[in-house]
Amino acid sequence: MSARDGRGRASGRDAPAAGQPGDGLSTIGRPMRKVDGLAKSTGRARYTDDIRLPGMLHGKILRSPHPHARIVAIDTSRAEALEGVHAVVTGSDMPTRYGIIPWTPDEYPLCVDRVRHIGDGVAAVAAVDEDTANAALDLIDVAYEELPAYLDPHKAIAADSGPYIHEPRKPGQNGNVTKVVRLEFGDVEAGLGDSHVVVEGDYFFEGTTHTPIEPHCAIGLAEGNGKLTVWSATQVPHYLHRELARVLEVDPAHVRVIQPPVGGAFGGKSEPFDLEFCVAKLSMMTGRPVKILYTREEVFYSHRGRHPFHMRYRTGATRDGMLTSVDAEIVMDGGAYASFGLVTTYYAGQLLTAPYRMPAYRFHSTRAYTNKPACGPKRGHGSVQPRFAFEVQLDRIAERLEIDPIGLRRRNFIGANTRTVNDLRITSNGFLECLDEVERASDWKRKHRRLPFGRGVGVAGSTYITGTNYPIYPNDMPQSGIQLQVDRSGRVAVFSGASEIGQGVDSMVAYIVAEELGVPLDHVRVLAGDTDFTPVDLGAYSSRVTFMLGNACIDAARKLKTQVQEAVAAEWGVKPREVLLAGGLAVQAGDTGTSMPVRDAFNLAEAAAGTLGATGSYNTPKDVHGDYRGATIGASPAYSFTAHVAEVEVDVETGFVTVDRIWIAHDCGRALNPVLVAGQMEGSAYMGFAEALMEEQIFKTEDQGRAGLHNAPSLLDYRIPTSLDTPALESLIVESIDPEGPYGAKEAGEGPLHPSIPAIANAIYDAVGVRMDSLPFSPPRVWRALRSAGVTGARRGVAR
Amino acid sequence: MLRLPPFRYHRPGTVDEAVALLGEFGTEAMPIAGGTDLMPNMKHRLFTPAHVVSLRGIGAMRGIEVVGGRGAGSATPAPGTEKVLRIGALETLANVAAHPLVRRHFPGLADAAGLVAGPQLRNMGTIGGNVCLDTRCTYYNQTSFWRSALGYCLKKDGTVCHVTGVGRKCVAAHSADTPPNLVALGASLTLAGPHGERIMNASDFFVTDGIWNTRREPDEILTGITIPIATGRRSAYRKLRQRNSIDFPLLSVAVAGDFEETGTVKRLTGVVSALGARPRVLAGWSELAVDGRLDGATIDALAQRAHAQCRPLDNLIVDAEWRRAMVPVYVRRALEELTES
Repeated sequence: MSARDGRGRASGRDAPAAGQPGDGLSTIGRPMRKVDGLAKSTGRARYTDDIRLPGMLHGKILRSPHPHARIVAIDTSRAEALEGVHAVVTGSDMPTRYGIIPWTPDEYPLCVDRVRHIGDGVAAVAAVDEDTANAALDLIDVAYEELPAYLDPHKAIAADSGPYIHEPRKPGQNGNVTKVVRLEFGDVEAGLGDSHVVVEGDYFFEGTTHTPIEPHCAIGLAEGNGKLTVWSATQVPHYLHRELARVLEVDPAHVRVIQPPVGGAFGGKSEPFDLEFCVAKLSMMTGRPVKILYTREEVFYSHRGRHPFHMRYRTGATRDGMLTSVDAEIVMDGGAYASFGLVTTYYAGQLLTAPYRMPAYRFHSTRAYTNKPACGPKRGHGSVQPRFAFEVQLDRIAERLEIDPIGLRRRNFIGANTRTVNDLRITSNGFLECLDEVERASDWKRKHRRLPFGRGVGVAGSTYITGTNYPIYPNDMPQSGIQLQVDRSGRVAVFSGASEIGQGVDSMVAYIVAEELGVPLDHVRVLAGDTDFTPVDLGAYSSRVTFMLGNACIDAARKLKTQVQEAVAAEWGVKPREVLLAGGLAVQAGDTGTSMPVRDAFNLAEAAAGTLGATGSYNTPKDVHGDYRGATIGASPAYSFTAHVAEVEVDVETGFVTVDRIWIAHDCGRALNPVLVAGQMEGSAYMGFAEALMEEQIFKTEDQGRAGLHNAPSLLDYRIPTSLDTPALESLIVESIDPEGPYGAKEAGEGPLHPSIPAIANAIYDAVGVRMDSLPFSPPRVWRALRSAGVTGARRGVAR
Repeated sequence: MLRLPPFRYHRPGTVDEAVALLGEFGTEAMPIAGGTDLMPNMKHRLFTPAHVVSLRGIGAMRGIEVVGGRGAGSATPAPGTEKVLRIGALETLANVAAHPLVRRHFPGLADAAGLVAGPQLRNMGTIGGNVCLDTRCTYYNQTSFWRSALGYCLKKDGTVCHVTGVGRKCVAAHSADTPPNLVALGASLTLAGPHGERIMNASDFFVTDGIWNTRREPDEILTGITIPIATGRRSAYRKLRQRNSIDFPLLSVAVAGDFEETGTVKRLTGVVSALGARPRVLAGWSELAVDGRLDGATIDALAQRAHAQCRPLDNLIVDAEWRRAMVPVYVRRALEELTES
């Protein structure tokens, strides 16, 4: 599907859409290639594992076979004696706790006294090659004392005595609980009491993981002069920089993190991992570079994927379908470590309050520790699960009240330039246009409740943050910085701290530089992801990069542009603002016959002002949230909005659900490059569809041989859809032109995932009249639900 | 990435040389063709042969041709010269799936070959390797770390079957797509070993032991497959899996029947697999179908007969009760395809 085909209408309330006459833009808004596209598609891109340094050793990590145990003793002497082994490191060599959230540091690079899940790292080896390192792992003797394991979050929360999974922060507390959040806005019980209908539902969202194609990989290089360099497939070089320095007790000025191109991340590489500390420490011990590449199995154990959520919702509405009150009770299965869990526990409730107006809202979310790999952020962090439940709730309300589900959503639209019930500031909002687009494109009115038995359509909407107003560690410095430098040839170099993880950020800054300085796109070079040479950007997470780095880039480019305009204006004897930079030229406004190559303009500016360069930065608004505890979590400079319609066919005999097509309308503010936006929309919808139908990060029980053992840590048995399973995905771009976004842009990388799952659930209901309230909607589960509801294979569906 | 254990690679040019190498190294050696089954199993340390004997250089094990009768196309072969299709064991699954002779005579087999894994694996994997595919189980096809955390299982390095909870019998699933079709079609298999060649019916080749589910001795090589060609024969294959590519079957159904021109059934065989350690020939089908027409009522009766005979266990990670319930559905769909052809 081409992005051009999928190009939707612009809502255009504030400005002409990009790429349309009158928008004043020449590069932004047009379909363009990625700057790294050719290198990646021809195999020339060098990922972390492609890097081989002279004298490099290979590392491997010994992992716990127990879900929960005390480490009684570790004897590494036999491993150290093996020929070819250069160093062995254990937890006691790095006894400093870390954690991505500064308030919940609960991990060591390697376990010090306790293992908390099967796969937890215990020791690491550096050897001349991988086989020797593997052989050495077999020679490390670890004595464990097994402890009772918690696999069920409800049981973990109910525990009233230790040993808990973590030491309680205060005596008497339950060490199995990461975080509890209770927030209420308005009078929820009164609102429910006054409602014409109250719909209650229990929902379960199974855990899923990211499955990036590239496994985690890191290389450490400690030089004799105290300098430490770590190459890593990470989304967060800046946080990794900080944590490496702190945990390994190295001056941060001597630590350099280089992030090569990353082969997919999706949130699974957004915090430090054991291998990064291990390669650094092993290199410090041996004086040689050390590489560790995870196996696919280790990627499943490192996890940080979507939390399993047990959710109970009560949703009230008036006779007209206006929402009155929403009550949510959520238990989250966090796995062995906190990861981003403190934030997840807030997001579970905070991000539900748009795009619909809620007069009263309450949520109570609890994150439990369990003896399984730690959950964390996955595309749509914390809000995909509640969105599934809530959009199914809305479908139920619409049905009860006999209101069209799209109409119900329109009625409850929260609007633009407003505040949510929990005091989040909404600026631009193109959600109504999203609903219009999917309704039109899917031919909704002729299909909903009108297709033959076995076929159905479903709708869902959502919102998501465009970055967070508050950084992970408190500070007042910019969230994103960039530096530009101009060569006498007309080439512009961009030093960007942001992380290219396939989403196109390197391309995005090149487009902006080309737009602002009028240089051809292939005159822009982007050097990114190297903490020695690039300004700080906080990382590729929470859909923050285009908005924040884009604004920083505009800031820098316009400073540079001013210098050039002044120099050319002096040459021509005109006012600086009369000098335009576009199409490789400096042109006099109002007299296009007067022009010079932009390179000459740069040379004039360099002669006048000295070496040409500029820095730019962006920081978030800090005064736009409520005044309750937790009000800053969920606060974003802008929110994206999405609506999906999914069309499905259900084989009633077998339970197979075939999703034929998903129409995806997404308000991204402005599409800086519609091809990349459509790619993000399709990728998001695919990922949601995959979670809806197939994915399960689950574990064996005691009855299944071994409690806490991953059910299927391979890409053969952890099933994600192949191209043959994937529906047609139709992207409909909606542009609301955000007042604070770069050229009006907002996020597009995570929001479009959310509605896939409830839209499919609602479509299944439309097809066969059965509610699927537990994920995934795999054939056995759908078959069981159909049987329970008394729907049998009287009508035969698609043959397989 | 998982590492292969070290091994020495041999590449003989003839069957005799290959058999000699297997004999010389005994239990230290294993044959390899496409490697799509053995290589991942070696990475998982399920097999660690010191010697791997490649069959890829043996030209005599390739080829797909009709032999016997009075030449291809002859309608009435002379007695004792039954017309057969011979498929060399080294032919890739991609070739078998696309070959016009296979497609014409045995569409069920061609479909089955084309449904194995994905295109790249079908380009490497051979039909001989598919016939000899190791059985599969959620407790077995895992890394050595995973299996050590489990405490191993009866099939490899352990004493307990985690599916049944006892230590008597391995119930790993026969998971190959082509054998149920070969059984249903009455194919025979040619094995070469230290004592020469022997020929065995495909239906006798498999046994109900999940640890080693064929009668092939470790020093024998499957060299070729022979399938009788009969006029009026139809065949079909149905594979249950959650994705439309890559996955092994959760249930497989092969049916083959000989029909009079009038549509009367002369012979009908159904084979169900991917449930236990060997493909199961469904019992009691002849009395229900032979000399009648394959109408809806007959098909339903056959499907119910199949259902009564199949009781899958939790050897794969997908709901066994659902897999069982799919038996009559998939049998019926396969039989309906016969009536359409």
